Amino acid sequence: MSTGSLSVSVWRGSKKGRFADYDVPRRDRQTVLDVVTHIQRYIDPSLSYRFACRVGVCGSCAMTVNGRARWTCRTHVNQVAADGRLRIEPLRSLRVIKDLSVDMTDFFDKWAKAKGAFEPTATRTNDLAAIQPGDFKRRQASAGIECIGCGVCYASCDVVQWNSDYLGPAALNRAWTLINDVRDGGSRERLAAVAGDAGCHACHSQQGCVESCPKHLNPTASIAGLKRAVAWAALKGTL
Amino acid sequence: MSARPDTLGETRLWLAQRFSAAVLAICVVIHLGGMIMTVQAGLTAAEIIGRVGGHAGWFAFYVVFVLAAAIHAPIGLRTVLSEMMAIPKHHAGLLALVFGLFQAALGLKAVWGFYRLGGGA
Ligand code: SF4
Ligand code: SF4
Ligand code: FES
Repeated sequence: MSTGSLSVSVWRGSKKGRFADYDVPRRDRQTVLDVVTHIQRYIDPSLSYRFACRVGVCGSCAMTVNGRARWTCRTHVNQVAADGRLRIEPLRSLRVIKDLSVDMTDFFDKWAKAKGAFEPTATRTNDLAAIQPGDFKRRQASAGIECIGCGVCYASCDVVQWNSDYLGPAALNRAWTLINDVRDGGSRERLAAVAGDAGCHACHSQQGCVESCPKHLNPTASIAGLKRAVAWAALKGTL
Repeated sequence: MSARPDTLGETRLWLAQRFSAAVLAICVVIHLGGMIMTVQAGLTAAEIIGRVGGHAGWFAFYVVFVLAAAIHAPIGLRTVLSEMMAIPKHHAGLLALVFGLFQAALGLKAVWGFYRLGGGA
């Protein structure tokens, strides 16, 4: 059912570009991704944007919507555009490839720099590790594990914008989940990789990332955990 | 991969800032408590000097207070300078160090002066 129309400004171009204005029919339960898709399918097929799952799983559809980074497939228009106006831009702090598509290379390279890959200590011949669901470390890991790698927190973090070396909330959150994974053997190197002013010590703890994370994760708490773990390692001389 | 060279230094600065913050929290409470008590009691400057100045315990307390502030503030200032201005981190560190020394010198001078006013040394 159509109920009026939306006035939508969309960033066109790369680093240099301009906003183009479109009228898009307003529909019930319409998401911001539906709006972008309408423009691309029915108004201007040259519009570039990225999505895959449309149900909040893949993490590919993040954009800046009316000034805030959001996952667009699960952001309903009526949540963000009560006045019928939408301004849609690419994510902040990442290189714009074209229109709404950004280059996520830096974002994911930083996961690697934060030693975000699991370092197994057992082989396939070992028994499965038995970890109780209520185990303290297990619960700390579980709190951060549902990250979909959407980059919304990264684009919302001011420190990322000021310091292009800063690993950012998502990569540091990932490192914290692995440090709490008793099966992982890479934490000594990981702690060294996440310390310092490109790592956890650069975080201001103001929770912009927490506020924006569509999965309601708390990267700030994870980073605080890293600060504590790094401090203990420094005091014990193992950093 | 070995640790980046700044890793341990940054961690030590972070620890120094946290420890000095804990000391400052206690110092501020005692200092403010003292201020409120003197104001409530309607003490004059001369009476305050008479009671607190020249007292070795209060002298030591304020030396700790000044030093904690002189450790805490420059570390934060260094971060603010390097984030807000296009200067390399070691330049920000140098500026902050100079600021910290200046802060410590002024603070210690005041504490020493107060101690002497009260008849200490
Ligand atoms: S809490 Fe830390 S990681 Fe999160 S937005 Fe703020 S500075 Fe960035
Ligand atoms: S922590 Fe949240 S906002 Fe950040 S990448 Fe993961 S899911 Fe997205
Ligand atoms: S399209 Fe997959 S999370 Fe939005």
